[in-house]
Formats: sequence, C-alpha cells, structure tokens
Amino acid sequence: MLIRVNLNGELREADVWPGASLLFALREDFGVRGSKNACEQGECGSCSVWLDGDLVCACLVLAAQAHEREVRTVESLSGTGEEGLHPVQEAFLEAGAVQCGFCTPGLVVAVADLLDHDPSPSEAAVREALSGNLCRCTGYQKIMDAVSLAAERKRESDW
Amino acid sequence: MEVLIPRGLEEALEWKADHPEAVPIAGGTDLMVDLNFDRSRPEVMIDVSRLSELNTWRREDGNLFLGAGLTYTRALHELPEMRALAQASRSVGSPQIRNRGTIGGNLGTASPAGDAVPVLDAHDGEVVLGAAGDRTRSVSWNEFFLGPKRNAMAPDELILGAQWRDARGPQSFSKVGTRNAMVIAVANLCLVMDEDSRTVRVALGSVGPTVLRSQEAEAFAAEALSRAGAWDDPSAPLPPSDLEGFAERVSGAATPIDDVRGTAGYRRHACRVLAGRALSWALAERVAEAQLA
Repeated sequence: MLIRVNLNGELREADVWPGASLLFALREDFGVRGSKNACEQGECGSCSVWLDGDLVCACLVLAAQAHEREVRTVESLSGTGEEGLHPVQEAFLEAGAVQCGFCTPGLVVAVADLLDHDPSPSEAAVREALSGNLCRCTGYQKIMDAVSLAAERKRESDW
Repeated sequence: MEVLIPRGLEEALEWKADHPEAVPIAGGTDLMVDLNFDRSRPEVMIDVSRLSELNTWRREDGNLFLGAGLTYTRALHELPEMRALAQASRSVGSPQIRNRGTIGGNLGTASPAGDAVPVLDAHDGEVVLGAAGDRTRSVSWNEFFLGPKRNAMAPDELILGAQWRDARGPQSFSKVGTRNAMVIAVANLCLVMDEDSRTVRVALGSVGPTVLRSQEAEAFAAEALSRAGAWDDPSAPLPPSDLEGFAERVSGAATPIDDVRGTAGYRRHACRVLAGRALSWALAERVAEAQLA
C-alpha cells in the first residue's frame, strides 16, 4: 500500500507491505537507516523516533499508521552543532557514552526528547526517561554523564 | 493483507460492520510484536489510533469516561488526581510504550496482566462498546473479561472506552516485577477505599485467568473498619490481626499458575504483601488527611 509521510521535514512516499512496521519502512523502503532494528518488540529503544512529536518505538508502529503523519528520526538531529552534530551527540562523544554504538541513535533521540520536555532533569528523571533504551556495553554511567553534559549545554545556549 | 484507515469513528464502526474479522490496532504495543515475529497475520486491520473521538476523557456527574485511545502518558499527566490510574499508567513499559499504549488496547487485549484492568475492576467500572448505527452498550468489568485474552466484544463492535464513578477515599496501584520499567506484572493489585459507601474494593492481576476481585477480603476489611470505628474516626487503629486477615484473604482469592514470570507460590505471597501494604497505605492516608483537617 502507498503511504505518504512527512519524514524529517520532507514529504516522502513509499509502497509498503501493509503488515510492515514503521521501522521496516524507514530502513528498507525509505532508506533511512539511523533507527536500528534489534528486538522488534519495543524492549530496547534502538528504533526510537518521533511520531507527530511523540517519542515512540518505530518497530511498534504499523507503517500504515504513519500515513499522513510527521516522523522525525535521529537523522533530523544532525547538522545543528559543530561538525554537523547535535549537542546531544557531541555530549555522547565527549563523555565516552558510545561503545559498539548500536543503541546510540535510539538513546540520542530519547535524550533529546527528555531535554526538550525537562531541561534540568534529576538523576531519577533521567533513569526513568531512558528506561526503555537498553545498552549492553557501557553500563549506563557514561550515558548518565553525557545527559548531564548535554543538559548543561542546553541550559547555557538553549540550542 | 489490508489496512483500513477510517477518518472518523462513524466510518470506523461502519467498516467494522462490513469487515467483522478486521483486527483493530491502536498503539500496537502488543499487536505489532505478533506481526513482527509472524505469529499472526490478520487479513484486515483497522487503524483506530487516529480517531479523535476516542483520544479523549471527560467527567460527567461524578463519572469518569476514559476514551479507548487515551494513552498511558496522557492518563498519567492529565489525570493525576485519579491516583490508582496514574500509578498504574506510570508502571506500564517505558516512555516510548506509554506514548503509544492505550487504555482501550489493554481492554481489547484482555491480558490478565493488563495494568489498567485492576483499576477498572476495583472501581466497579464498565467497558463502553460501540457499533454502527449509533448502537452503544456498557458491559460491567465482570462480564467483559471472559478469560485470558478473551472478552465479550461482538465482532461488529469497537471499544469506545471505560467508565466508572469517582470514589472518595484513598486508592493505590502496586505491582511486582523484576525491574521498575518494561515489565509485565508478576502480580499487580489495585485497592480503592470508598468513604461514601464504606466499602473497600481490591482487584488482583496476573494471578488468575482474568483480573480477580476478592469479595471475601473486601467484606472483611469493611467490617474490620466498622469494628474499630475507623469509618467515623480515621485515627482509630485497626488491630494488626485484621491487616493480616485481610492480606491472607486477598492472597486466598488468587488462582495463580507457574509461568516464566514467577511461580504460583511466589505470586500468592506477592498478593499477601501487596494487599497488606495497600491497606496500610490507605489507613495511613486517612490518618494524615484527618490531621490536616
């Protein structure tokens, strides 16, 4: 079936299998591969995107449900900071919050979403906000450090 | 396979009448997992996630109506005064899941572990169903849930929402799982104390084929409060043996099984602990409120 999606600010069309997830459509039909496919059951958060501004797991959205809606992926975050990186991405690099990198796109999206809603989150709020994103490498502490750094920068400059 | 995308509720109900086999999909947090793993492949699906008529809640004469499309995130933020509902909503999944998962999805899936269900049941709530031609009917919680993942919907119906009467008094939702997020309950419990009818209602999830109420424990608690004079005087303490008697009876109502999430024995124990805590919190809250007043 034909779906039309406002994808990262651009109107795009794709012919998708009606049972396909938004994640599958993004990666295979639209060729936008920043959102990662790991668990396909909403457990890991690696496919976190915004659907009409809400943080969701793209694997749990039927592609058809995104028809005539706005989808923003991790790709929408690039290009606003130095070297084309978003401040959250820069904070992840500086804090060493990236190891294998597979969870990183989902975490970056989830952190950007958190800081949009709450620029000064408590540690408990950060842990709750990131409870739907799994990382099997870092042990999370450096991710926590990256969030603190990103929050600090956001308060200073309001990117 | 085909996905129907109705523009409004009326159209959705008409299409459901034309395609009674169509599987409604709202937040997709259960259904998409089955689709992704090819465990089910419905011939027709109907997207109810964009029906604005269902993405709503309202209060009418002391009744609360929760539209089927209300997400847990919205329930949590927009209805904090419905404490048990807010606590249950917060315990669901993760932010990503709460942004998509809906009250109606919990009712349609009819899992005995659904976190909104004990809240509905402990409020003596009803599920509101709609069909084409302006036909609606309300089904009480104990007639709606028929068994694990089975409910009383007719093939031409869609879930419009849930409704119950606000109860004046303490209430809580609690849940046992292996972490604070992303868990399906090993056991969950909702306790509602209704000061006006002088009743205590308690519903248990994930410990039977459907969410259960323990009428014996409820009657025992109401009588214990009467004996202690606590309905009139919140500071009148209940003897510890009454708290234990309540917890024991709640646990006795559970009919759990061993499964991947826990053993039957552990679940009975969890019910006892959750019930004792929930009643203690309710009593403590009444004392604190009386002191403030």
